Amino acid sequence: MSEPLRNERRAIVVALAGQPNVGKSTLFNLLTGLSQHVGNWPGKTVERKEGTLVRDDMQLRVVDLPGTYSLSASSEEERIARDFIIKERPDVVVMVANAAALERNLYLLAELLILPLPVVLGLNMMDVARSEGVDIEPHVLAAALGLPVVPLVASRNQGVTALIAAAETLARTPDAFRPARPEIAAPHREVLAQIRTLLGTHVPLPYDSDWVALKLLEGDGEITGLARTWLPEAAWQSIAALLAQHEDAVLDIAGGRYEWIGRMVRAAVTRPRLGQVSLTDKLDRVAVHPLWGLLLLLGVFAAVFWLTFALAVPLQEWLDVGVVQPMRAAVKHSLAGAPVWLAAVVTDGVLGGAGLVLTFLPVLAVFFGALALLEDTGYLARSAYVMDRFMHALGLHGKSFLPLFLGFGCNVPAVMGARVIESRGGRLLTILLAPLVPCSARLAVLAFLAPAFFGAAALPVALALVALNLLVLALAGITLNHTLFRRQHMAFIMELPLYHMPNARTIGAFIWSNTWTFARKAGSFILFASVVIWALSYFPKGALEQSYLARFGQTLAPLGGLMGMDWRMLVALITSFVAKENAIATLGILYGQGGGGLARTLAEQVSPASALAFLTVNMLFIPCLATVAVMRQETGSWRWTLFDIALLLAIALGGGILVYHGAGALGMEG
Amino acid sequence: MSGAREKPINRPPAESLAELPAGTCAVVRALRGGQELMSRLAAMGLVAGAPVEVLQNRGRGPLLVRVCDTRIALGRGEAIKILVEVAS
Repeated sequence: MSEPLRNERRAIVVALAGQPNVGKSTLFNLLTGLSQHVGNWPGKTVERKEGTLVRDDMQLRVVDLPGTYSLSASSEEERIARDFIIKERPDVVVMVANAAALERNLYLLAELLILPLPVVLGLNMMDVARSEGVDIEPHVLAAALGLPVVPLVASRNQGVTALIAAAETLARTPDAFRPARPEIAAPHREVLAQIRTLLGTHVPLPYDSDWVALKLLEGDGEITGLARTWLPEAAWQSIAALLAQHEDAVLDIAGGRYEWIGRMVRAAVTRPRLGQVSLTDKLDRVAVHPLWGLLLLLGVFAAVFWLTFALAVPLQEWLDVGVVQPMRAAVKHSLAGAPVWLAAVVTDGVLGGAGLVLTFLPVLAVFFGALALLEDTGYLARSAYVMDRFMHALGLHGKSFLPLFLGFGCNVPAVMGARVIESRGGRLLTILLAPLVPCSARLAVLAFLAPAFFGAAALPVALALVALNLLVLALAGITLNHTLFRRQHMAFIMELPLYHMPNARTIGAFIWSNTWTFARKAGSFILFASVVIWALSYFPKGALEQSYLARFGQTLAPLGGLMGMDWRMLVALITSFVAKENAIATLGILYGQGGGGLARTLAEQVSPASALAFLTVNMLFIPCLATVAVMRQETGSWRWTLFDIALLLAIALGGGILVYHGAGALGMEG
Repeated sequence: MSGAREKPINRPPAESLAELPAGTCAVVRALRGGQELMSRLAAMGLVAGAPVEVLQNRGRGPLLVRVCDTRIALGRGEAIKILVEVAS
């Protein structure tokens, strides 16, 4: 940000920093309330939250930085956090620490303090720390650190006003900020000075030469790459030679920071009740137990699943009956004088698409509520730990299990739920595999068609198809993990936070921001694409049988022949792209209901081998429109989204061909 | 690789965290692995000199350890790279 701009603005910019699991979101929600704005960091898939707070006549702009354990460049979140601090130069950084794990939390403070910015420390979860047997005297810590330290219990709105007052005071008088700063351990002091000298005046603003020197010594990938471009070749070679001799410096530097932290907290922290068994230890006896932990997990996830769909389905119906239908009727009525096609475009095309977007909102809202609850209590990390050994083989993270499990209900929350996975590789792989979980809409199609085609054998056929899906999912996971994702192995290092009471406000904000993001971003795409596909199925004659879509299906007939399917089945598959359950309606229109209903008509006209191939393709087919929209939203990339569609299309068609010919070879009528 | 003569099991002065049974307390002596892994472990409190307690280790799959007042789940591949000395 340029200097003139800084002088003009009246708002104080506050960066909210902190490690994960410190209650930072709760504090952010308290500070900014309804003023918050959720978006993405430019060019990144990481969420950016910002809000304003007006205090007396002073306006504070609060920017919530991603939760990071340190400010190295090892993750996207860390790069975002430090880039913001270095490049945007907020007036003050408020660092939130979890008082119950003070020393580890202060590691981030040690990193912040080597940047030239004023920092206020908020000690959150003072109550939890006390119950864990840790007593902290904030003013003693403040005296040692030389910066304001404010005790907080953000979940009960305690200390927040004092924190903001301290931040505001510090932002107005930044020159008074003289904190204790960690110094590098003696063995590396000399080499650091040498690097600093070699850097000379080559480091451009807004970077600080001392900080760059330290980061080079730490082996920071991003800064190393930048320094190479800043420096003349000779100077860089000298630095590179020095760095090669001190490759292990990163450990000493980190160790030095912890020593410094140890000195800082020594006088402020007492542990009067050492050795007591805490609540977290008691609960973890069950939650991470090899057997009980697994049973608890299945119970909890089943409850989440049940809650999501038991609560959401009536809501969906209510929306449909109470909102969408009357709206359609009213619009139809008002368009009575208009041409038939126009009325159809508006009521069936546009309102049909809007209704489709609307049906996802209850599912997503309930799901995000459950997810936030699991995350906020601290249980989600336990479930990931318990499941990790099973998911590891597929290249997935333990946290991938919950989203995939929910995929049985609907793939949309499965894809969106993948954001609980921190590593980008793990998140992407989970998103790519999620559509292979058979969702309830596909299961409904299966439940309707399997008895129609196979009568008494319907159940084994249906179960075999579900098993096939999961087998393909496992194989696809293993294959992707050993090919495209080979170099992306992310270390499994995960904090299991202390259990604590969930905060209603935090959960509410999480539900709102995620559901709203879906409606705003994915919603418009779903609406647009569904109108286009509807139009293709309506025009030119106003009937599906003679539509462009039907003609397209007819040109694909040779491909269908490989799977024993005629054009009508292909069109049914294509319309299932909008919503999986559309397959049945399309079959109904194209085959005609006949005398005994669609089931009997299909049984008469479709051979068992073709029927099996159709069901196979239906189960493995490309994800529905809404899933595609959220895949694009969550990966931030059309390339990955289209790659996955192509992959699934190949799997589905390959599966269809194999099943058709396999069934024929086994003597099924072809 | 076999460095020991009598026994197939190596007994280096420091052993890896992955070998310790649950309930063992140890002190981290060194970390192996790339810069990125080291800086991630360091940020979680796993640095030389840090006391660490193994809470759960089933011989395969991830481990559960306590370091710096924090419970951390660690992949076995990561735990192998953490060299520790068992506290007596």
